[in-house]
Formats: sequence, structure tokens, C-alpha cells
Amino acid sequence: MTDTTTADLARIIKEHPFFAGLDERFCDLISDCATTEQFEANAYLFHEGEQANHFYLLRHGRVALEIKSPGHGSIVIQTLRAGEILGVSWLVPPYRLAVDAKAIELTRTITVNAACLQGKCDEDHDFGYEMMQRFMPILVQRLHATRLQLLDVYGAKS
Amino acid sequence: MFMAQSPETLGVGVAADVMLPRIARVRGLRLDGPETWTLDVEDEGNAGSFVPGQFNMMTAFGVGEVPISFSGDPSNADCVTHTVRAVGHVSAALTRLEPGDVLGLRGPFGTGWPMAEMAGRDVVIIAGGLGLAPLRPVLYHLLAQRDRYGNVALLYGTRSPEDVLYHQELRSWGGRSDLEVDMTVDHATTTWHGHVGVVTTLVPHATFDPINAIALVCGPEIMMRFAIGALRDAGVADEAIYLSMERNMKCAVGFCGHCQFGPLFVCRDGPVFRYDRVRTLLGVKEL
Amino acid sequence: MNAAQQVVLGLSALQALLDRLKGRGYRVLGPTVRDQAILYDDICAISDLPVGWTDVQDGGHYRLTRRDDAAIFGYAVGPHSWKKFLHQPAIRLWSAKHEHEQIRVTGETEAKAPLAFIGVRACELQAIAIQDKVLLGGTYVDAPYRTQREGVFVVAVNCSVAGGTCFCASMHTGPKANAGFDLALTELLDSDDHRFLVETGTELGHELLMEVPHRAATQAEIDAAQAIIARTAASMGRKMQADDVRDLLMRNLQHPRWDHVAERCLTCGNCTMVCPTCFCTTVEESSDLTGTETSLWRRWDSCFTMDFSYIHGGSVRSSAHSRYRQWMTHKLATWVDQFGSSGCVGCGRCITWCPVGIDITEEVQAIRESEPQ
Repeated sequence: MTDTTTADLARIIKEHPFFAGLDERFCDLISDCATTEQFEANAYLFHEGEQANHFYLLRHGRVALEIKSPGHGSIVIQTLRAGEILGVSWLVPPYRLAVDAKAIELTRTITVNAACLQGKCDEDHDFGYEMMQRFMPILVQRLHATRLQLLDVYGAKS
Repeated sequence: MFMAQSPETLGVGVAADVMLPRIARVRGLRLDGPETWTLDVEDEGNAGSFVPGQFNMMTAFGVGEVPISFSGDPSNADCVTHTVRAVGHVSAALTRLEPGDVLGLRGPFGTGWPMAEMAGRDVVIIAGGLGLAPLRPVLYHLLAQRDRYGNVALLYGTRSPEDVLYHQELRSWGGRSDLEVDMTVDHATTTWHGHVGVVTTLVPHATFDPINAIALVCGPEIMMRFAIGALRDAGVADEAIYLSMERNMKCAVGFCGHCQFGPLFVCRDGPVFRYDRVRTLLGVKEL
Repeated sequence: MNAAQQVVLGLSALQALLDRLKGRGYRVLGPTVRDQAILYDDICAISDLPVGWTDVQDGGHYRLTRRDDAAIFGYAVGPHSWKKFLHQPAIRLWSAKHEHEQIRVTGETEAKAPLAFIGVRACELQAIAIQDKVLLGGTYVDAPYRTQREGVFVVAVNCSVAGGTCFCASMHTGPKANAGFDLALTELLDSDDHRFLVETGTELGHELLMEVPHRAATQAEIDAAQAIIARTAASMGRKMQADDVRDLLMRNLQHPRWDHVAERCLTCGNCTMVCPTCFCTTVEESSDLTGTETSLWRRWDSCFTMDFSYIHGGSVRSSAHSRYRQWMTHKLATWVDQFGSSGCVGCGRCITWCPVGIDITEEVQAIRESEPQ
């Protein structure tokens, strides 16, 4: 955990592409739930099966989403980089993580506490709707991209 | 209605018979990918006279003929270069040729990438799998006169790390400060440390001005459709996007009818098309 | 045309014309009865022609029956078209000899006798003009077609009988022959006189005409010929509303009618074989056992085959739906974009020779009538 002043945190949140154009007071709500973190290369942010307590906004670095496969070690199914968000399992019950997330290189994040953010959404529905409006496009894009990945468009190896 | 015309009054045509292959000799082969070989061919007097994006019909005598794009440097006046993946009888026969062996060539045929349109603009090149081969001549051309162009980005996606073409070249291109190279694979192996995900995910991260950029796309048709979607989402106009289509070809001169795509003959009106011209056709199933 | 410009030939003069053509070194080709159909083949004498025969045609139906007179051209068209000779079904493009690490490729240069076509219908003249545009009128020229096409002598015939599947009138391609012939005949047959009104199309046609016995036509004969042609035009077996077909089809590429026709279509390709404008071909390498002599052959192909649109992995058009749509939209719609005219001449062969009687005039009408608004 790094030591960041509240003002700095608010600024960092505002600068992240995921929150682009977000109302000032909403940024403050998020600040209350957020901290900044740093992960060394090869450190895990979370593991499959754990409770999804946080979601992460990647400020710097790269993260690999991995699935352990007997006989194949860990298979990387997707990589994410600076500007993207990591973690969707916190949105829906049973809030269980479905992948391992490993920092490929030194990675800095804004780490948002899921329970805290959920609480704020419940209290202020405008804020809640604004959050959902930002998450949905990313989920839809990821769904489309994943379908394309499944199609094996380059053909089977001959 | 239609007036009958005598052969003398119709199109001047070409003096030599366009279906006759000329003899060319293999100078060397290089393994550039899985079952994928790059052939350097001595084609006397014809080298250096193609536009990137065009193709030759290559004859493996006794086996047959296939269309293969030029994949080498257009300024090379010494020999012509073609990258061939062994997927059928003819392509397999071509990849089994040895230095000194003879093959047949017809061409160059087809429309090329819009080289003149690129001057002064950002160039975004999106390649999928073997689709990098017809785009490589463009890169050679751009890099040879680098100051004529804005940002140049190569976005390359393959099925897996083993399917990456032109490893060495990509590595050296990746080291250049005047060329943005971003790669990704659909399926990673344990030793791959690069991006994993479809090539469309690279588009939002590439550096280009959507108003001024020109985009070239080549790869499997599904991949091209989605890559074009990503470009359009990024604000690139349909008129600034070019793609290279592929269809069955037997003659390459618009006579056998096999390569038709709606009203277009891919061998003659293509294979490079500006996206707005084929947008509606791409949306029709089994056209 | 006034009486002074048209002449009349009798039967013996027609025979003399055939003889003069042969004498000039032409290979004379015309209709003849064989295999229960009227086919195009080498002919010498009038007796080789289908004297006294007519055809009964409908969807998937073709029968020859005897006429009660001795008309020579009293039928419509059979399964053959002149593309059999101009755009040949199978030819060798080149041969290659492998000798001492070298390969030598030789094209086909064998000179052949010029061709004379006897009895070419208006729809067929249009079909030849269309293939001329496709194979000679673009950036590249099809050499084998050009070789065959050069110097062809055309004796056209104005139809006196409209076939059960004919629709040249609505396609504006007949029944009167207007261009592309050296001579055009209209058969005039009374109980006592059998003769042909002849219109001259070229200098060469005029030259040949002057070499055989002929006389000036009477106004009555000219009127009779016009009446015959008018009667033929009014008795077409089918009709195609042709003015808007291209746009109609291109905006209905996803119409459910394609499923309807796909349920019936066998993708047998008969239509492409008999259609006088279909030009698709494929090539095949052939080699001797030792591989020292190889050659490339070109033969007719059909967009109905599964192989036609095959690219690594599969065919682009694998369903019958997509293959039928390809044929019909190419013929009636995209042909216009490619070559400036419809590819269809209204000869009706595709309707007659379809084993299940699919009728493109009916298909177009069905789409027009049920077009989603």
C-alpha cells in the first residue's frame, strides 16, 4: 500500500479513462472507497475461488488473466493494460473470482473496495446508475472479443 | 439492345496469351511460419514491377496453379518474393521446391494497396495470421521513405505464438522508434509474455488520428469485419479503410467466374477494396 | 426495307449457299436431329437440317414432334447453343515439356477452319454479342474465344415459331434478328412454294448472296415475313418484366423466395450448361506417367458445384440457396454492373432443361410480388 493523500487520490481517479467526465462529487464518493496499490512483476492480485472484494483500475503496467490447467500450468486467456479495468465478479453474487490475475510487470492500480462502492450505489441511485453505465460497455466489449477469440478465425493448425 | 461487334473492334487486349505461364526459377526458400515458406524467385525482367497487394499465379508444373500475394520488397529488382502456406496440393508442392527448381508465373494481377493515398497520413496496418504477408511489401515501402508518412502502426494478431510470421523481422521492427508494433495471440502458450486477446483489442491503444489516418486490413474475413468495426468505433471513415479479399481463382483475369463477390471480380476489381465499396456485400451471408 | 433491298432464295439456292461456304473453306455448322433433340453439328445438305420437325417445350419438358409441313426452321432452340463452338467445352491451353532441368511451355497455335453458323436465332445473336463483350471487350482478351470467333459467317433465321419457354420479346432480344449477322433469313412456306426472304447484314453476306440464284422480293413477301415475325412475338411462352430486374434482385438478396427455390433446385447445373451466355470455366493440370509432359486444360464449369467457391476450409456458397441465388442474380442483376447489359437473352433453355422446371421468369415475378415494403 502506498501513502496517497486524499486530494491526490481524487485527482488520480479523475484522470483514469474509466472515470473520464465523471461528476466531481461522484469522484469523491469513489475516493472514500479507494486506495492506490503497486504490484511487483509476477505478483498475484487475486486468485480463482477467492471472494471478489475489489475491482482494480490499472494505471500502469500489465496484468494477465490466467486459468490453471492440469498438464499445462497456467494458461493466459487475456491480458489487460494501463487504462483498463480488472475484475467483474464483484458485480454479481456469489462474488467469487473466476480467474487468477498476475502482474506481468510492475503494475500500479487504483483499488476500489467492492462492498464500499456497492453501499454508495445503494445510497445514491444516480451514482449507481452512472457506475453501471460505465461497466456495461466494457462487459459487452469483452463478451464480443471473447466470442471472436473462441471462433478460432485463423483456422486449425494444419 | 446490344450490338454485336467483331473481334477487331473490341478491346485491344493483351498481345501475349494471358493464360501462358512464364518460366521462373527458385533462388531460395525460408521457413517463416508453421508449414509456411517464403520463396525468392528469379523472374527475369519482371521483378520490382508490382504494386503491394497484387498477386502472381504460381504454377507447380504437373500439380496446378494458385494465386499468391507478393510478400517482398517492391524495390527489389533482383527477384520476387512470395510466402506460401501449404494448405492444399498445389501450395504443398510449391513449398517442396528446392533452389534451382523451375515453376511457372503469371501476373502481376489485381489491385494493390493505395500507396499514393498514404502520403502525409497516419497509417494503421492490421494483419491477422497469414494476412501479414500481403501487407509486408507496404511496410518495406513506408520504412524506405519514412518521413513521408505520419505515425505508422502495425497491429498483428495470430492464433498462437507459433503462428507468428517473420519472427526476426518483427523483432527488429519492434525495436524501431519510428514504427509502432503491437502483437497479440488468441491462445497463449506458457512461454508467451505478450498480449492475449483478439487483434481488435489492440486498436484502441494504437496511436493515430482517426480523421487523418488510413487503415489497411488483411486476414481471415471474420477478423477483417471485426477489425474494421473497431476502426469505425475509433472514428475512422469507411472511405479511409482498405481490405484485401480472397476468393477461389482459376484464371486471375476475370474469365473463369470463380472469384465473383456480388458484382465484383476479386482477381480484377480487387483483391484490395476500399471498404465503402464492399460494406453491404460483406453483410450478405454466403455471397 | 423496300422490295429493292431484299431478295428471295429458293431451296436449291439455300443448298448452293451451303456449298459455296464449304467451297470457301468454312466448317459449316447447323441444326440437326439427333438423340431426340435438335442439336448443332456439321452439316452439308438441307436434308441434314430438321426438315418438318418442331419442338414442344415447357418447364422440364422437351419433345420433338413432326410438323404437317416441310418447314426447315419450324422450331425454337434446343439444348445446344453456339457457345459450344466459340467458347469450347474443353480445350488445352498449353503444354509443357520437361527436359534437362528446363521446362518449355507452348501455347496452342493450331490454325482451324473458319466457322459458318446456319440458323442462328435473334436470342442467339444477342448471346454471342454478350459473350463477345465478356471475353473480348475487357482489359484482357480470351485468346481461344478470339481464335474461334474470328471470321465466323452467320446466317441468322427469324423465328416463325415461339417456343413454350421463350421470352425474347419481353427481353427485347428478338424474335427479329437486328444485328450481328451476315445474312438473315425468314422462311416463307406456302402449299406450293418454299422460299426464304433474305436480309443482308454485311458486305461479305452480300457477296455470298450474289453467288447463288436469287431474285428480288415482292412487297407481299416482305409483308408476309413481317407478319410471321409479329405473330411469333405475340405468342411467346413466357414473359419477363425486365426493366427493373437488376435493382429488384439486388435489394432482395435475403428474400425468403430463395429458400423456396432452394427446396426444389437440385444444383445439377443443367441451366448453366444450356445457357448460351454462361461462361464460367475451370482449369486442370494433366500429366503423363513420368511427369515429363504436362498440360493445362480448360473446361466448362458451373457455379452450382460445391467446389466452385471453395477456399481453404470450405465453400463460400455451400447451401443450394446461395448457389441458386448466385446464378440468378449474376445472370439478371450483377451482369449489368459487370458488362452493361442483362446476361439473359430470353431463350428459355434454363426453364426447359431444368429437371424440376424452375422458371426464372416466375422466380422474378414471385420476388416482385412479395417484396417486403
